Amino acid sequence: MSAKQYISDVVNAVSSLLTGMKRTGYYFFHHKEIITEEYPDNRATLKMAERFKGEVVMPHDENNEHRCTGCTACELACPNGTIKVVTKFDITPEGKKKKAIDKLVYHLELCTLCNLCIESCPSDAIIMAQTFEHSVFNRAELTKVLNKPGSKIMEGVE
Amino acid sequence: MWSFSNIANQLHYWLNDHFSPTLTLIIEMVLAGVAVIGLFAGLGLVLVIMERKVSAWIQLRLGPNRVGPKGMLQSLADTFKLLLKEGMTPSGADKIMFNVAPFIAMIVAMLLLAPIAFAKDFQLWDLNIGVLYVSAISSVSVISILMAGWSSNNKYSLMGAMRSGAQIVSYELSAGLSVLAVIVMTGSLQVSDIIHSQADGWWIFKGHIPMFIAFVTFIIAVTAETNRAPFDLAEAESELTAGFHTEYSGMKFALFFLAEYVNVFIVCALGATLFLGGWMPFHIGNWEGFNHVMDYIPSSVWFFGKTFFLIWLIMWFRWTFPRLRIDQLLNLEWKYLLPISMVNLLLVTLMAILKWHF
Repeated sequence: MSAKQYISDVVNAVSSLLTGMKRTGYYFFHHKEIITEEYPDNRATLKMAERFKGEVVMPHDENNEHRCTGCTACELACPNGTIKVVTKFDITPEGKKKKAIDKLVYHLELCTLCNLCIESCPSDAIIMAQTFEHSVFNRAELTKVLNKPGSKIMEGVE
Repeated sequence: MWSFSNIANQLHYWLNDHFSPTLTLIIEMVLAGVAVIGLFAGLGLVLVIMERKVSAWIQLRLGPNRVGPKGMLQSLADTFKLLLKEGMTPSGADKIMFNVAPFIAMIVAMLLLAPIAFAKDFQLWDLNIGVLYVSAISSVSVISILMAGWSSNNKYSLMGAMRSGAQIVSYELSAGLSVLAVIVMTGSLQVSDIIHSQADGWWIFKGHIPMFIAFVTFIIAVTAETNRAPFDLAEAESELTAGFHTEYSGMKFALFFLAEYVNVFIVCALGATLFLGGWMPFHIGNWEGFNHVMDYIPSSVWFFGKTFFLIWLIMWFRWTFPRLRIDQLLNLEWKYLLPISMVNLLLVTLMAILKWHF
């Protein structure tokens, strides 16, 4: 090792250590950067990250209509059988039979929140909700029916 | 003005009036011992909460904030927990050595407090070889670590202890050489002389760049000597679980833990004494007015301020830098720190002979 190399090693080492210390020193004095959420205390104002995945839900509009066509793409996409689509046949005004969902059963206790069902849905009927307080006393409460009772499919969604 | 030395002197006269000189000496020794133990307990509580808060803020966390106001009683609660826990001795361990090791660690830390000047004229023992005494006694601490590691009868403990031995023995060299830089300048090993030589400016300012390099090498070397990250190979939580104190629990573990923090305090106090003037207020050459203003701040405040600044610096290191590997650690010492501090000592000697310093 040449003397020049030795000196430049020392200088580089010191300068890189100082770079790290500058960053942590900045954090030490700037407490507004603190990212800790004091969860149970700030429950009312808690804002989850945009991409946080809590559970699968099916949004309904004010007329109690959803966008699910009952195509079972989500059921097929699910790697561990979390979603079960129970279909029925509606009679349209023209007298034709049309496939629709009776129930979309979702087992939260099986779900790994992998997001594959949401990506496979062709009509964006299901989304990930940001709720996370899922603990219950009875396991049966984790089996949910996503479509609300009496809901029907939105106009124009095929 | 209020000062520690007045209280100590008044106590001394009062004791002399009421008791025989021998009894006075014994009472004073007992009082000093109690004061040291009290200081240890206080330091343990303060430094642990300080470490946890500093680490939290550096890592963008809040740190302990539930026990007491702003979490300040957290370390007190932890101490009570440790006091109530059972101090177990493993059946395969060498019982006597296992149980004695934590006390040796504590006693070494206690002995090291003797020559440290906490305030103006407030010192347990101003012996004429103070700095030599500190560097001699501090090398005994490796024995307690080796004892703990060997007697635990645990491969991880032994590995941690051996690493720690290699580390402390090698880093003592550069720590000693950087201390020598100050000794060369002052020409005395006595702590009070070293502090008085800084009345017109601290050595870190008076000694130009070589003194600053000595200060940096000293801080690096003592960080390694006290087994703190980035040199905490002896403990290495991730690979050795806790190194030499894996098998310790309850108060025996707490003694090791406390000894680590007290050692940090002592090396920082020594660094403050040698390079930052100990209890000496911040003086600039012959600026009488400025120096008088600085004198109004009590000397104990200066001492503890400087010491805690250095402790904070070492904590800042700990929570910034990743841990070194054992070969990197020894490379750093033998290939970089030792040659640099040797050349630096030569420069300082030259400066001292030619009177280039202020």
